[in-house]
Amino acid sequence: MPHTKHRRLVATAVAVTLGATALAACGSEDDEARSGPVSLTYWTWAPGMDKVVDLWNKGPGKKERISVTVKKQASGDTLVTKILTAHKAGEAPDLVQAEYQALPTLVSNDALADISGEVGDAKAAFTEGVWQQTTLGTDAVYAVPQDIGPMMFYYRADLFEKYGLDVPATWDEFAETARALKKKAPEVDLTTFSANDSGLFAGLAQQAGAKWWTTEGEKWKVGIDDAATRKVAEFWGGLVKEGAIDNQPMYTPAWNKALNTGKQIAWVSAVWAPGTLTTAAPDTAGKWAMAPLPQWSGGENVTGSWGGSSTGVTTDSDDKEAAAKFAAWLNTDAEALNALAEESGVYPAATAAQTSGAFAEPPEYFSHQKDFWSKAAEVAATTAPSAWGPNVNVAYTAFKDAFGAAAKNKSDFTAALAAMQDATVADLEKQGFEVAR
Amino acid sequence: MSSLALRESAPAADTTPGAAQGFPRRRRTALVPTVTLLLGAVYCLLPVAWVVIASTKSGSELFSTFTFLPGSGFTENLSDLNAYRDGVYWQWMGNSALYAVAGALLSAAVSACAGYALAVYRFRGREAMFNVLLAGVLMPPVILAVPQYLLLAQAGLTDSYLSVLLPQILSPYGVYLARVYAAAAVPADVVEAGRMDGASEWRIFTRIALPMMVPGLVTVFLFQFVAIWNNFLLPYIMLSDDEKFPITLGLYTLLEQGANTPALYTLVVTGAFLAVFPLVALFLVVQRFWSLDLLSGAVKS
Repeated sequence: MPHTKHRRLVATAVAVTLGATALAACGSEDDEARSGPVSLTYWTWAPGMDKVVDLWNKGPGKKERISVTVKKQASGDTLVTKILTAHKAGEAPDLVQAEYQALPTLVSNDALADISGEVGDAKAAFTEGVWQQTTLGTDAVYAVPQDIGPMMFYYRADLFEKYGLDVPATWDEFAETARALKKKAPEVDLTTFSANDSGLFAGLAQQAGAKWWTTEGEKWKVGIDDAATRKVAEFWGGLVKEGAIDNQPMYTPAWNKALNTGKQIAWVSAVWAPGTLTTAAPDTAGKWAMAPLPQWSGGENVTGSWGGSSTGVTTDSDDKEAAAKFAAWLNTDAEALNALAEESGVYPAATAAQTSGAFAEPPEYFSHQKDFWSKAAEVAATTAPSAWGPNVNVAYTAFKDAFGAAAKNKSDFTAALAAMQDATVADLEKQGFEVAR
Repeated sequence: MSSLALRESAPAADTTPGAAQGFPRRRRTALVPTVTLLLGAVYCLLPVAWVVIASTKSGSELFSTFTFLPGSGFTENLSDLNAYRDGVYWQWMGNSALYAVAGALLSAAVSACAGYALAVYRFRGREAMFNVLLAGVLMPPVILAVPQYLLLAQAGLTDSYLSVLLPQILSPYGVYLARVYAAAAVPADVVEAGRMDGASEWRIFTRIALPMMVPGLVTVFLFQFVAIWNNFLLPYIMLSDDEKFPITLGLYTLLEQGANTPALYTLVVTGAFLAVFPLVALFLVVQRFWSLDLLSGAVKS
């Protein structure tokens, strides 16, 4: 997409959604050369981030006379709302942590600054697919990637052996595995289809090649109900309907128990799964193994992503250059990345850091799978590009409603998908965006 | 907590021994009301019991053992909570206490002044003002949080203790209650007598009317205290520095740590359990004033 067109698209969005106030607020940029020390504030939810930032404040930050203060936040969609509210008052912090799917929302509200001039060099540290999420396909750069969540297949190695199952390499084999397990042990499920975390479905669709939001000229095009996503929806809907897998939501006490007692023996998840499994299924540590996500066709090798976030500089920042410098350091410097991994449990977006330092030893929960991190890095390299739009939160809510009901009633998933598409398009139009049909 | 629950529900179960002393003969238990009340009590107390029991479970027991089977990790949970980021939990607890005590006191004071004035003085626009106030009672405070944030941002007060305190001082419901209470509890004759004796209006208010309004103001204080203690959205929008967070926000940050780190369930459950204590203590202490309220009403009518 050409640069100018996108800028215009963004400008229109801003004018429509915020009115003239926002434009007036961001008109007061001062690009004067800095003379005194700078202090920046940083909203982040990553635990232990204050310790990582201390490294900056005592090291490079001291030299540059840029000090950063961490203000710990809760993650999630509500933080995006909070940032936008603060931005309306011109009080947004200098730096924010933002999930990739929130970036278009923040950019279309003019909350994030273009820092391509300051962090352009950082591009080499990341894969193309990751970096593209922070540029939104333009020449601008709105954030520096921090962590990623490439999706993988987790399974109980011991129980797979017990039931005589092979690790599925394709989704067809996955379905066969689920059916074979049902025959051997009717009370055990391979896994569940859960509608309470939209990121999972979005990642699965991404793997299948779906592009949910694209731009066509100056219009948004919503492809939630496209062929690739429909394929994914039909696949999971079919498995739920025939009873080959469970339909209970995940992250509930019942789900934890099912994992902990071997009633569910696999989980389609992402690189952060070891942490979740540690709390959900503490008794099964050492019994799980990780494999790449099943593929749609034999020779393929792609995965989706579930989760991941970036560091952005807001338009309200008084010193965007200094803020961008910190953002680049935090997410590309070897020492910083190592600290991020150790203190915050972050799986870094920077490729060099994925196998070094903190990732020499496998996670405790997977201590027997020695190549856990090198395998994870291989999977991460195959992440399909993603396409986020300015109302991901609306699509996600629609997903939870429609698919939650469909999974519970074992009804038609494609109808739920159409409902999700309609809700997303209707909201875009309501917000004043032009939508291509 | 559980013993409290027992003490309250046990007498209701049989013919109450306390009541037996007051009444000359044993009365038959009214079955339907008792069962209904018992069901209500179970409905309200079950979640509390869950929190109490869950707070005793260690991380590995929390989801794997039977729900109402006490665990073995309570002291460990306590020390974990205590150690979490150098005891930031107690900072949150202190903040909540500050917001709730100061906010509820100031709110009760403002409600007393405004309610008394609306009840006692006749002035132009009084009814209009009262009607606007009534409309304010119907307005959920949640929808005001964002406008209040923008307003305080203009004043440069966001992310400060004041930004959470100020909006909660004026409570339309408190003023409404104070007015209704003042109209009923402060007889016009008494105010008139005070004036005859040459007392200033301020003196009449503070020395004569205010003591009469105390039970009503206790109610206002209590309502505001609970509302502020449980408030989430206003501090969420106003504050960005987690050292100023109240307990509700603090626990929320423990739950929403992003996908990389699992939620700290045991800390949140233990934290929620401890956060109930101040409210329970407050109700136990203030109960005396409330029964006074009921008594005085009974004597008068």
